[in-house]
Amino acid sequence: MGLIWEGIKKAVELLWTLDPEVLGITLFSLKVSVLATGLSLVIGGAAGMALALTRFPGKRLLIAVINTGMGLPPVVVGLFVTILLWRNGPLGFMEILYTPSAIILAQTVIATPIIAGISLAAIQQLPADLRLQILSLGASRWQMLYWLAKEARLPLMAAVMAGFGGVISEVGASIMVGGNIQGSTRVLTTATVMETSKGNFDTAIALSLILMVLTFTVNAVLTHIQQRDRPR
Amino acid sequence: MSVPVLEVTGLTVLRGGVQVLEIPSLELQSGAVLALIGPNGSGKTTLLKTLASLQEPATGSFQFQGRPLASRPEREAYRKRVTMVFQEPLLFDTTVARNLEAGLKLHGVPGPERQLRVLAAARTFGIEPLLERQARKLSGGEAQRASLARAFVLEPEILFLDEPFSALDPPTREALLDDLGAALRRTRTTAVLATHDQVEALQLADRLAVMHLGRIVQSGPGEEVVNHPVNEFVAEFVGMEVVLPGRVTATGMGLCRVAVAGQVLEAVGSPAMGEAVLLGIRPEHVTLAVHPGPATSARNCFPGTVTRIVPRGPFFKVELDCGFWVAAFVTPRSLEELALAPGSAVSASFKATALHLIRTH
Repeated sequence: MGLIWEGIKKAVELLWTLDPEVLGITLFSLKVSVLATGLSLVIGGAAGMALALTRFPGKRLLIAVINTGMGLPPVVVGLFVTILLWRNGPLGFMEILYTPSAIILAQTVIATPIIAGISLAAIQQLPADLRLQILSLGASRWQMLYWLAKEARLPLMAAVMAGFGGVISEVGASIMVGGNIQGSTRVLTTATVMETSKGNFDTAIALSLILMVLTFTVNAVLTHIQQRDRPR
Repeated sequence: MSVPVLEVTGLTVLRGGVQVLEIPSLELQSGAVLALIGPNGSGKTTLLKTLASLQEPATGSFQFQGRPLASRPEREAYRKRVTMVFQEPLLFDTTVARNLEAGLKLHGVPGPERQLRVLAAARTFGIEPLLERQARKLSGGEAQRASLARAFVLEPEILFLDEPFSALDPPTREALLDDLGAALRRTRTTAVLATHDQVEALQLADRLAVMHLGRIVQSGPGEEVVNHPVNEFVAEFVGMEVVLPGRVTATGMGLCRVAVAGQVLEAVGSPAMGEAVLLGIRPEHVTLAVHPGPATSARNCFPGTVTRIVPRGPFFKVELDCGFWVAAFVTPRSLEELALAPGSAVSASFKATALHLIRTH
């Protein structure tokens, strides 16, 4: 118990004094995960919608692959992204291994199937004739997609939350492709792992608490967007 | 006759490589309401979706107001000038007012005009007090009113209606039928209504087209289709509940005698001697009397036994075995007066003109 109490006190102290390093790590974590979630929303959201609205041979197999991807272990993603970005790997010329870009790339790979899978289900659960109804009210194809997304906004926002939750909390990929370099690629999770392994439990607890507060804050904002103009 | 609003020729639709619709030609006259009637799976919805340009046909040419719709942009432009109401209200998860406004927004109608038109359409369908309510909280009838208002507010050149009443209870349905009928007549909107209810069809439509297995098997004014079905399918479907197969034994003076299960019935018509025909009898044209009953002017009077009595709304449908099978509609009062019960002996009579002769070729 003493350990946790010490940790909470330390966390409050670090926050209260606006410790520049902790603040830096927190903002960096937020930036990386928000960017990765945004990219995943664009790619995964489009893929999920396209998949929900088209028919082609092998569609079920592809859906099964995406659904499997929703549980992709971050260390596996970390391994493959590392190989891809390795100096003489296929994308080695980009020279982004151990940079923030590598973390964003890896996190996008993690979140995209999550968002694609949930978006797919979100669009599929709408009545089949709804898109014809929207077209029949005079919508173009693009307008139809926008109105469908609007109708599915509750589950689509849930997809965004699940995607964000997946990347802000993962540690395996970030540490493998980012390297936990101080002031460059250190995020809250990798810092927590490091402090724990060094035996600095109070700092580790402080970082964990900050991570949870950050996750809660982001989800509170997303929930507000999701639930607005919904009467009780 | 003026140029039809929409003229379709050689229309076929495939699903999974199988032809599900074949319409050699179809015309929609301006301001007229056409009802497509037929059982589930007869192709009504597919035809509506294809006519509304929401589904691509395999073949077929469309002429809208005399001009062909050849290219994709032309069909898209046409799609914006017509609209469709589905079986489910399919309202958006927002207020009723915003639902009614949706199509106008998509058509780029400016805000102040939108307000006025929404209000007018809401008034037509009696949902003005509901405008600020959440669409998802409406009852089934209210939701379908909102859906109809959302279509009417666009003032479409053609309105396609896919069984908009099938999920409603009878009183709600009747009130809505009245309002829709009035709105269609007042605005002189060209409309196509799919339904499996012939009463609904007769009430709203100028013409009926009976569909079966992806084809229109008969079309014409309502009276004509109901009273002169061209084949057994149409006859059974439009409610001529009893269809008896028989063989012609005598003809002359525009009348004929038809042998049906050992009895001889008199009907109007001049089929060939010995020809196999079908006789249709509508239950409302059959009169029942205690047997032996008073003499009637009806040429056909047969003793029989009651086999079954089924409540049918304000009537009872009494089924009889007279050697052949026949049914009659009876009021609860007559049921009591005649003391009808399964097994009672009665006589069924109907005029020769009440028998509809269907030649089977």
